[in-house]
Amino acid sequence: MKAEVITGVPRRMGRACADGVRAWYVATMAVTGLISLLAGPVLLGAALFGPEESGHSGLGGPLILTVPLGPVALWALCWATGGSGRAVGAVLFAPGALAVTATHLYGGAAPGGRSVSLWLAPSLVVLGLFGARWIATESRRVVERWTGRPIPAPYRRPAEGVGAWQRLSAGGWLTDPATWRDLTWAFLTGFAVLFTAAIVVLTPIAMEIFGRNGLLFPLVVVYGMGFWVAPFALLWAAPPVLRVHERAARSLLGPSRRTELTRQVSHLARTRADTIDAGAAELRRIERDLHDGAQARLVALGMLLTVAEQVKHDPDALGPLLAEARTSSVKALGELRDLVRGIHPPVLADRGLADAVEATALDLPLPVTFTGGLPGRAPAPVESAAYFAVTELLANVVKHAGASHVWIEIGHSDGLLRISVTDDGRGGADPSRGTGLSGTERRLAAFDGVLAISSPSGGPTIVNLEIPCALSSPKTSSFSGTG
Amino acid sequence: MRVVIAEDLFLLRDGLTRLLEANGMKVTAAVEDGEQLLAAIAADRPDIAVVDVRLPPSFTDEGLRAALAARQAHPGLPVLVLSQFVEQLYARELLAGSSGGIGYLLKDRVLDGSQFLDAVQRVAQGGTAMDPEVITRLLTHNSSAGPVSTLSPRERQVLALMAEGRSNAAIAQQLVITERAVAKHTASIFVRLDLQPSDDDNRRVLAVLAYLNND
Repeated sequence: MKAEVITGVPRRMGRACADGVRAWYVATMAVTGLISLLAGPVLLGAALFGPEESGHSGLGGPLILTVPLGPVALWALCWATGGSGRAVGAVLFAPGALAVTATHLYGGAAPGGRSVSLWLAPSLVVLGLFGARWIATESRRVVERWTGRPIPAPYRRPAEGVGAWQRLSAGGWLTDPATWRDLTWAFLTGFAVLFTAAIVVLTPIAMEIFGRNGLLFPLVVVYGMGFWVAPFALLWAAPPVLRVHERAARSLLGPSRRTELTRQVSHLARTRADTIDAGAAELRRIERDLHDGAQARLVALGMLLTVAEQVKHDPDALGPLLAEARTSSVKALGELRDLVRGIHPPVLADRGLADAVEATALDLPLPVTFTGGLPGRAPAPVESAAYFAVTELLANVVKHAGASHVWIEIGHSDGLLRISVTDDGRGGADPSRGTGLSGTERRLAAFDGVLAISSPSGGPTIVNLEIPCALSSPKTSSFSGTG
Repeated sequence: MRVVIAEDLFLLRDGLTRLLEANGMKVTAAVEDGEQLLAAIAADRPDIAVVDVRLPPSFTDEGLRAALAARQAHPGLPVLVLSQFVEQLYARELLAGSSGGIGYLLKDRVLDGSQFLDAVQRVAQGGTAMDPEVITRLLTHNSSAGPVSTLSPRERQVLALMAEGRSNAAIAQQLVITERAVAKHTASIFVRLDLQPSDDDNRRVLAVLAYLNND
């Protein structure tokens, strides 16, 4: 107990400090974003309405030099936490921050003269827009990193086969509502930080103006105390601030209801098309198999019997013909059996998914450990899809993995049918390369099922399969009690 | 020999009855579902029950479950299960805790009258008759590693036939070798698989099947 307290305190301190750094990061990002978003309008205003000659920069001059440090700090933090690729986004802020600083240093005059500023302003607006998008992406990333729950990117995906020019003429991402929500987010967070800062800065000024001992005395006390405990207050305030930040990010940066619905509709359209294609292909396969297999055998059988009829008085000729007819019928039966197995395996119909998977596992040429089971039956289409997905996975294991053992686990919880197939083979399975895995993925998608593959080179390969479905209670029959 | 048949298709039921009666067996009842089968077995006490896996009303594994129920009610009752397809899972369930008198064959085997009759006789006498397809799959499952992979091709042939439930004499006849050669092969197989040798054909088969079924 005691030891726990001792180790617990430093850990809590550490977490509090981490939260403080995070809050600081979020605030820096917000302010820098706001400054660079405002850079274009500020420059424009300075060019149109500012003094012709640069005036005295005033007291804030040296202080304002810290503004360009914002992007640099951001860049350093991005680089430290997420890699240099993301840090490039922070660099977008530099020109805007520099422009605002320069405007201030020139005493409100347009830096480089009016014409330069007029040329510069539009490009800063564009940079600001890019910056807003980067802020949104980065905010999504940090929220996911800190909370573990991702915020899906709500941007419209360009339709396949649409060229760059067509995309541009359709407005590009300017017509994407998500872009404007990003912009709102950048302004909102920027102003929120600025507003908080303004209160902190303006309170002593207000106190000087209204006198410390009057109406504002309690406020003075609070402020004085707050000033002394500021570092602790910051640590104390960081978690709730981060929580508010997360909630706001989820509602503003996540997909809106409309985007969600649009996405769902396009997902449904795609999976429906896939399902129809798969169904048609399956029918063609069955037709071909029947035509080339059982049907041909039956024709041969009929012909053999016709010939047999003609030689029925000659036992020597009749014997071999009948033997051949029997062989032909046995072969036809075998082919029909294989075909039925490929359409809907009998054991799946009889016993359900768990037993069917186990039965398939028994036929594999390598040892399989099968665990778990299902308390009831899944809907027939789900059973079928899951079964063929698993057989496909097992076939892959046999063909490519070079495994010596396979583990299959099957279960149902939280409304999800879960199957995991693990092998100790060489790994390196990639759904984007093989058609088998992506085909399985597509077939499962029709049931909103997902396939997660972890297959590092050198193995082991773990494939998890999840399909949302409800189980029906197991079938009861006259023999279930005794059998 | 007295036989009870459970088969829902009239043509096949009739054909089976004719085939068995033509070979000197007596079909005491030919029924079409599991409940009637249990009633007929209780009433007639047959020497063997020939049961189709798919029976009404569910048309799933009704027959298999009826067969297992019958075996539980009448221990030692020989049962020959026929099916349009064979599953190792079902073979395993039939063999579980069994002391023989179990058969599991594809319906196709009925087409070869003598082979089928031989299986009926064997099962009725407490022997085993496993479909070659079941055995092939069992061997595939065991083939990649372990002692089975060390067997010579000839030994594997003998093992397969032995697992189907054939006697040494039958194996010798099938492979066109002498019975002594078969005995030599079986002895070698038992050493390789580390099984207790046994003179009793039936116990030998069960040991081999248990070995192959073991994961």
